Amino acid sequence: MDLQMALLLGQDGITNGAIYALLSLALVLVFTVTRVIFIPQGEFVAYGALTLASFQAGKTPGTLWLLLGAGVAIAMIDLTVAGRGRARRRVAKILLWNIVYPAAIAALIFLGKPGAWPLAAQVLLSLALVVPLGPMIYRLAFQPAAEASVLVLLIISVAVHLALVGLGLLFFGAEGSRTPRFSDAVFQVGSITVSGQTLWVLGSSLVLIGGLYQFFGRTIYGKALRATAINRTGARLMGIPTVMAGKLSFLLSALIGAFSGILIAPFTTIYYDTGFIIGLKGFVAAIIGGLASYPAAAAGALLVGLLEAYSSFWASAFKEVIVFTLIIPVLVWRSLTTHHVDEEE
Amino acid sequence: MKRKLLLVVLASCAAVSLAWADINIGVTVSATGPAASLGIPEQNTFALMPTRIAGQKINYIVLDDASDTTKAVTNTKKLISEDKVDAIIGSTITPNSLAMVDVVAEAETPMIAMAASAKIIEPMDAKHRWVFKTPQNDAQMAIAIAEHMSRAGIKSAAFIGFADAYGEGWWAEFNKAAEANKIKIVANERYNRSDQSVTGQVLKLMSANPDAVLIAGSGTPAATPAVALKERGYKGTIYQTHGIANNDFLRVGGKDVEGTWLPAGPVLVAAQLPDSNPLKKSALEYISKYEAKYGAGSVSTFGAHAWDAGLLLAHAVPIALKKAKPGTKEFRAALRDALETTKELHGAHGVFNMTASDHLGFDKRAAVMVRIENGKWKLMR
Repeated sequence: MDLQMALLLGQDGITNGAIYALLSLALVLVFTVTRVIFIPQGEFVAYGALTLASFQAGKTPGTLWLLLGAGVAIAMIDLTVAGRGRARRRVAKILLWNIVYPAAIAALIFLGKPGAWPLAAQVLLSLALVVPLGPMIYRLAFQPAAEASVLVLLIISVAVHLALVGLGLLFFGAEGSRTPRFSDAVFQVGSITVSGQTLWVLGSSLVLIGGLYQFFGRTIYGKALRATAINRTGARLMGIPTVMAGKLSFLLSALIGAFSGILIAPFTTIYYDTGFIIGLKGFVAAIIGGLASYPAAAAGALLVGLLEAYSSFWASAFKEVIVFTLIIPVLVWRSLTTHHVDEEE
Repeated sequence: MKRKLLLVVLASCAAVSLAWADINIGVTVSATGPAASLGIPEQNTFALMPTRIAGQKINYIVLDDASDTTKAVTNTKKLISEDKVDAIIGSTITPNSLAMVDVVAEAETPMIAMAASAKIIEPMDAKHRWVFKTPQNDAQMAIAIAEHMSRAGIKSAAFIGFADAYGEGWWAEFNKAAEANKIKIVANERYNRSDQSVTGQVLKLMSANPDAVLIAGSGTPAATPAVALKERGYKGTIYQTHGIANNDFLRVGGKDVEGTWLPAGPVLVAAQLPDSNPLKKSALEYISKYEAKYGAGSVSTFGAHAWDAGLLLAHAVPIALKKAKPGTKEFRAALRDALETTKELHGAHGVFNMTASDHLGFDKRAAVMVRIENGKWKLMR
């Protein structure tokens, strides 16, 4: 292996690592705020990429029906609750987000012919379609069991994952899709070439991470999320609605997932079930961060990306084995160095 | 009131006895899970099959095994014990089909597999007597590739395949075939269906500087290394296996897979076959039936394996009916014997000439070399 190859592999590893970093941040965020180990994180990667691919193929993505269906289901539940509690004022808001918004997206897709739109507009429409599914899933699957143990939430999470993978097969079929690059530019840096898409991935990851940092440090919603993560009961006593915090964390996680999918879809073919393995690698990174620390998770993600790139060169048949085996020494090290506090009992 | 009840009882008895006379065919396909792109067209094909053979009603009981070996075995047991099927068709992939062999042999029920590995029907013994298959053996296709390489003057080749049974099986066969044709294999790499990047493997392949690269993957994931090789400026010839032969591969691969060679069943390029080829008619018949129901361009070669299994049964059932009644042990044995005597049966993928030792019965007519030109499959001679 010469220097040029090492650099090429390094570039590859950092690009993948950036995606894993985004996903691991989303996993840490969801876990700290809601205690849900969010296995369906990867499904948003696939949904985001495949929804965009459907628009480009001039088809109506199946995720639209999911959005409409979930909206109607939530509206029915919430209206029943609102009717019982005589909170009539909330009716307009429930209808707006669960009926009017999905219907508006549907109208945009059927009347606007997004197949002919520029790429940026298609990306925005895909995000507008997929991201609301995050809070909707929280409302339907997790909110009724918000106070349950981590294990129960994990089981719900697995169930949601299986349901979403099955729906993905129904919506997009068994074969995968690719999307065009954001940029066809190629830069020559020394002896190696860097593609514009790679820069897009790295740039958007940095912007997203920086944005999250600002969001948590400076906005009232970000601080509310942090407060909920640190102490749920305390946060509620201070008047922070935990339901809102849960929905917000799922919204961010869906946004990160769907956008990651759109970023990597030009590099690789995305299938209805691709998201799981990508999400799992993000999870390995999040574990390195102890499911609590954002910088450690991001560093872990880079480590996973680089390890993957170099092991695909030296021992391609054992690549996944090497990446997932990493979790064992990390767990041993963490269990030896951290003082374990069981929050359940 | 009593009389009415009696009538109902009598009627339901009649219905039951009628149902007994039907021929039940149990099917297990991998319509979901990793092999879904193969299993779905197979599942679709069963809707096109004849519902009546030699005046007997045929019921197809189609189950999904989710590309999972345990599920395939459970399905097979259920079909045999609960539905009392006379024959089993399935499964889509090799590991599932291998696991089903023991079950059907014990129940003495003939089985027709739609998976590629020759191990499903070999070695011919008391168990494998009951098992038949319709897809070409990997070995057959590997030899076709190696011979083509040798004719094209290729001296060295590199291999990259799925890190699973498909890739390993192809590696074993291609290794043998290449040795027989004096082609040196200079690199051997693996990748996963869901990998975002194969840069590492591709760099290693290219550093070995082979004249040709064989990519052993199935469906659209097989395009990933091809795209990466093109991106890194690889100039040699790229070969693929018949696992890529569906239109989604062309859609995903685009211009990066131009000029790729692959061996395939004749059904892939049926319209381009010369009229003298006996397979043209039988292959086009399947294509027109499939596309009439599922839309133009929807056909894939995988569904044709299921179609061929149906043809084998349509040939064997009338012979077996002369010997025994459906639903009995004797009928299943007669069906097995009849399948083994299939001669010169023109399927969509090849001509079946079964013998007691060969339960596939394909010859060289079952593989043609195809090249991807202008985003289309082009038959080459």
